Amino acid sequence: MDKTTLIVFSDDLDKVLAAFNIATGSASMGMEVTMFFTFWGLNVIRKDKPSKRSSNWMKRLLGMMNLGGADRLKLSKFHMMGIGTGMMRALMKKSNMPSVKEMISLSKELGVKMVACTTTMEIMGIHKEDLIPEVDMIAGVATYLENAKESKVNLFI
Amino acid sequence: MEKNYTLDCYGLLCPMPVIKIAQMIKKIKKGEVLELISTDEGVKEDIPAWCRATGNEFLGIEEEKGIFKVYIKKMKD
Repeated sequence: MDKTTLIVFSDDLDKVLAAFNIATGSASMGMEVTMFFTFWGLNVIRKDKPSKRSSNWMKRLLGMMNLGGADRLKLSKFHMMGIGTGMMRALMKKSNMPSVKEMISLSKELGVKMVACTTTMEIMGIHKEDLIPEVDMIAGVATYLENAKESKVNLFI
Repeated sequence: MEKNYTLDCYGLLCPMPVIKIAQMIKKIKKGEVLELISTDEGVKEDIPAWCRATGNEFLGIEEEKGIFKVYIKKMKD
């Protein structure tokens, strides 16, 4: 079976939507799809609230600024303190486009595998319990490469 | 065109028609014809591409006033 592998590095709303568009599209074409969420991309698959406070003050500080949750994503441009992003969300809804949260459940229905990167979780103080239940596994670069070298479509977003 | 099922994707944008058709094709039998109704012009290229990738038969497309009716035959179970 043909494979698609995506690295979701960004947590920009527009880029994340493009990633899910390709993921759900690939799955619909009968391909096996794996999405690796790393760095800021982890915010997409984080719960809205962290499970526990980190023991390290820098991780705590980062956690206060870097909030997770698919509903919190911002546009890469014209965010305008939320006005631009809000308008884009409204426009998308008007065009019957799924939200990121809806894209996550749609991806699961279609069998897309979601992987969280252990290294960035550790650096940023994100725990396993902070991730949404749709996440299939946590893993590192070897897992990504094993998938990527067999994938015809392999993107870094 | 003769059809067994109709899938209404009126007002839905890419990738939704392709996702809906992939979900629907699982529910129908080999040899049955599925009609997709869409307002997204992208389906003109996307559905034939989807058929080529999944091994189903693209039967044709009818266009009338911005509404596209696409016909697909399921080729394998």
